[in-house]
Amino acid sequence: MALSPVFLKALKRSPWVFHVGTSGCNNCDIEIADCLTPRFDVERFGVKLVGSPRHADAMLVTGPISHDLKGLVQQVWLDMPAPRVGVLVGTCACTMGVYKDAYSVAGPADKVIREIDPAARFVYIPGCPPKPETIVMGIVKILEAL
Amino acid sequence: MAEAIELIFYYLVFPGLAFCTILGLVLSFIDRKVSAMVQWRVGPGPGQPFFDVVKLLGKETVVPEESWARGFLAAPYVAFGAAGLAATIVWLAVLRIGGSPPGDLIVVLYLLSIPAIAVIVGGAASGNPLGAVGASREMKLVMAYELPFVAALLAVVFQTEDGATLSLSGLVALQDQAGSAMGRVSGVLGFIAALLCCQAKLGLVPFDIAEAECEIGEGALIEYSGPALGFFKLTQAVQLATLPALLVVVFWGGMGPGPAGVAVFALKMLLIVTIFVLVKNTNPRARIDQALRFFWGPVTALAFAALALAVLGV
Repeated sequence: MALSPVFLKALKRSPWVFHVGTSGCNNCDIEIADCLTPRFDVERFGVKLVGSPRHADAMLVTGPISHDLKGLVQQVWLDMPAPRVGVLVGTCACTMGVYKDAYSVAGPADKVIREIDPAARFVYIPGCPPKPETIVMGIVKILEAL
Repeated sequence: MAEAIELIFYYLVFPGLAFCTILGLVLSFIDRKVSAMVQWRVGPGPGQPFFDVVKLLGKETVVPEESWARGFLAAPYVAFGAAGLAATIVWLAVLRIGGSPPGDLIVVLYLLSIPAIAVIVGGAASGNPLGAVGASREMKLVMAYELPFVAALLAVVFQTEDGATLSLSGLVALQDQAGSAMGRVSGVLGFIAALLCCQAKLGLVPFDIAEAECEIGEGALIEYSGPALGFFKLTQAVQLATLPALLVVVFWGGMGPGPAGVAVFALKMLLIVTIFVLVKNTNPRARIDQALRFFWGPVTALAFAALALAVLGV
């Protein structure tokens, strides 16, 4: 999809994020909360946590996706208006980590979302949990790569 | 013909939609920056509100299947248009351009409640249960703050024994002669009551009950995306540029002559916006019943006390 340069510049400076916590251990969620604190303050880059997927440009996924939550995660992805990007925070969301081959999980977030939207694009921020510095670096990197 | 073009220019460019949108976005940057400073953060850059709006205008608008599409899509534009008209009337009085017609204070009061009504219509039309909850809360909030707001403004109207006027430029002219309404007890009480009502009108904490983002996911705005959401944000910006100006005009005199007058007016507006932001950052969100009790109790009492004192000439 062709995006006008003015829009792209604005998008880079104002990524709004909807946080989807799947069946994770809550550790990554705490690190994400850290990013909003005075020490890291991602609002400097225009990043804002929003309460509705309709307002979001990026979906932040933490944790492995269980069979129960698979449909919901796919629905949230479809709820977001285009253009949209997925940000997978933590080893579980990126590659499943210790949950690999477990009976209760449906797969890593990128696989689950690509089932309904093959063109979906993702950013991977590995770590268990990733440090806030890593998350901020990941955010800056995607904004540069857009 | 020339007159019509002049009016259209007033409405669309200066001091109407374009001017108030830009001013409102600058003020909302000040809001976010002061909030960040209160929370010991660095905060966003000065272009942030502009980037947000340009981005929203470029995005896709999703219309939910269950919604009443026509009302859902019309609501943000109606809100923006009405807020712009209110802004034009208030700012014409601020800048002393022309003599405003008699009774334009009443027109402004009605126009300022249209954005709230558009939020109610949009939220109810979205087909989302949380949107309906947000719309219902907004409705209760409107009922809560309109009565004390009108009473507080009337206090100023009744301050003058002879020649009570409901026109904004008339109020400005009277304050030029007799000193600003804030010079009297009734003016101060009315100003405090109106300030609290404006906090709720702007949907700022502690009265952001209708769009409580961590509770009902932005409430009435939950299903909005792209340009439709962008126009609601622009409406909020226009309101942020209008309500402090209205408060200054009614309670604190109009804009004085020359650059000094403009600077004093800007400082007054900044002071009011800073009060909004500090109240916003030091208070938790009220429940809807608490807000209703607060506005119909202490705030209405305050506003009517101001009205009674004004009639008695204090």
